[in-house]
Amino acid sequence: MEKKVFKGRVICKGNYEGECVVSKQGLNTLATFQKSALMNKKKVIGADQNNPDVYGKNLTGVALILPQTIGSTTGGLVIQTICQMGINPAALLFSEEIDSLAASGVILAKNWENSNIIAIDKLGSEILTAIKTGDKISVKEDGTVTLLD
Amino acid sequence: MKLTAEEKAVLEGKEGETKAKIMQTVVEFGELFGATELVPVTTSGHLVTSFGIGLLKPVYRIMDEIIEAGLKTPYPFTVDPRPIDYQNVKCGILDKLIFSKIMYSKQKHYEEQLSKIGLKNKNAFTCACYLKEVGNTPKYGDVLSWAESSAVVFANSVLGARCNRNSGMLDIFGALLGKVPKFGLLTDEGRKANWIIEVKTTSLPEAQILGSAIGMKVMEDVPYVVGLDKFLGNELTDDVISYLKDFGAATASNGAVGLYHIENLTPEAKEFGKKLINKDAKVYVIDDAELERVYKSYPIMWKDKNAKPTLCFIGCPHLTFSQLNSWTSKIEEGLKQSGRRKVALRVIMTTPPDVKEKFEKTENFLKLKKFGVKISSICPLMYTNNPIAGSKPIITNSNKLRTYSKSRYYKDEDILKIICGVK
Repeated sequence: MEKKVFKGRVICKGNYEGECVVSKQGLNTLATFQKSALMNKKKVIGADQNNPDVYGKNLTGVALILPQTIGSTTGGLVIQTICQMGINPAALLFSEEIDSLAASGVILAKNWENSNIIAIDKLGSEILTAIKTGDKISVKEDGTVTLLD
Repeated sequence: MKLTAEEKAVLEGKEGETKAKIMQTVVEFGELFGATELVPVTTSGHLVTSFGIGLLKPVYRIMDEIIEAGLKTPYPFTVDPRPIDYQNVKCGILDKLIFSKIMYSKQKHYEEQLSKIGLKNKNAFTCACYLKEVGNTPKYGDVLSWAESSAVVFANSVLGARCNRNSGMLDIFGALLGKVPKFGLLTDEGRKANWIIEVKTTSLPEAQILGSAIGMKVMEDVPYVVGLDKFLGNELTDDVISYLKDFGAATASNGAVGLYHIENLTPEAKEFGKKLINKDAKVYVIDDAELERVYKSYPIMWKDKNAKPTLCFIGCPHLTFSQLNSWTSKIEEGLKQSGRRKVALRVIMTTPPDVKEKFEKTENFLKLKKFGVKISSICPLMYTNNPIAGSKPIITNSNKLRTYSKSRYYKDEDILKIICGVK
């Protein structure tokens, strides 16, 4: 069977192989991450009650596939903080163009926290349905995302 | 991005390492969105980060760097509400311990940091900085370096200023540099609508539910709303401003809307009309049934879904002066109906410090006090972040607060019945 491969724009490059979590709807950064960050947890458990795709799921160290982020403008700062705490997803993979808040977050994390979080956008909306939570994927630094067997 | 000689010099570190790093971050951010230049910020900033949460270590570290580098904003800025108000929002010993010693342990330190880089004054803490009493009210066409989603969407839509949905930290960086990258909502093209929202309800929709429905549908696109002027009229009166404030906050928190146009009402819609709509714009029809569907979709996060509410927050975003007066009249009437002298549960109304001071000089303030309602300038969201507070059955008429806490949302008329004890 032909492998599902997606190619996007590299914002923060890196390689990753492992599990992913897919949020089919816009990911509310503050609602998703704040609880774990505030409680100083070692792992982020998605806390957005309005997003069943991520609610209750571990988001630390995984590839998070999403259309864009939504919600409060603390979003970028929240991403920077979880990167500083080392509890961030390994990769943020956006089907659409990255939004301004997520973009701020990954740039702040890279420039001010020396974070190696991977960020790729414009992967196309098909990635949200072709890849499912729990699937194994590989991410390459040229912006290629492949669904593994 | 094409930079001026002066901007290049900053980037190369001629004005210090910290300013260079700030410039680098702002330039990289702009380039990601195809910005070709930086443009001057023309008025005061507004920051989203008002809370000294101990865990936000990056903020305090970067603020220290900024202060050490001697950087200050060219215009005094405002900032979101404070997270604590023990005088008006009473807390138990355990709550106080969690708030002061654990959650907001850096509050005093952070406020000192803010003062050193250009905070306007002690009353500068509100999410509704654009209200006339507060005075951080941009003019049409002003370029802003603001964060706080509800303030950005208000400034863009109701005032015709130009601001992207900046994140915390990027808001400070733009305000310090006096420059922001030109893209998105700073451009004429970026302010055009990709959605036509047809409001076909039988009466004026609940602002917070209409905004929520639109936000969830259009995400970060620009909606052009037709049919709402039938209920709101064509002038930005105090009541209309209050409605649009709440409507916009819901579009921005339930989605990621940074700008909306209301036909025949908001300034750009009045000036350019349907020319603001892109050719391939999609259509979303909102009628009574659609609003009810959205309302019923909100999950109830209380452990005991039938619990009796013990606390009610009204004012996220902060209430306007006219809203405080309107709620006073409604509660007075509601209490008459129920035969009660005081409200049936703890009720806290939140408003900017400047509006609070103005309201405290009125008879309506004395009435609310007599009814047992407290007026505060706290951020309800920051209060409900406390795990103890989060476990309490709190009700609200704010869709933003519902989104970020376990508070249960009710429509205005239902909130009124609950707080007045009307069966």
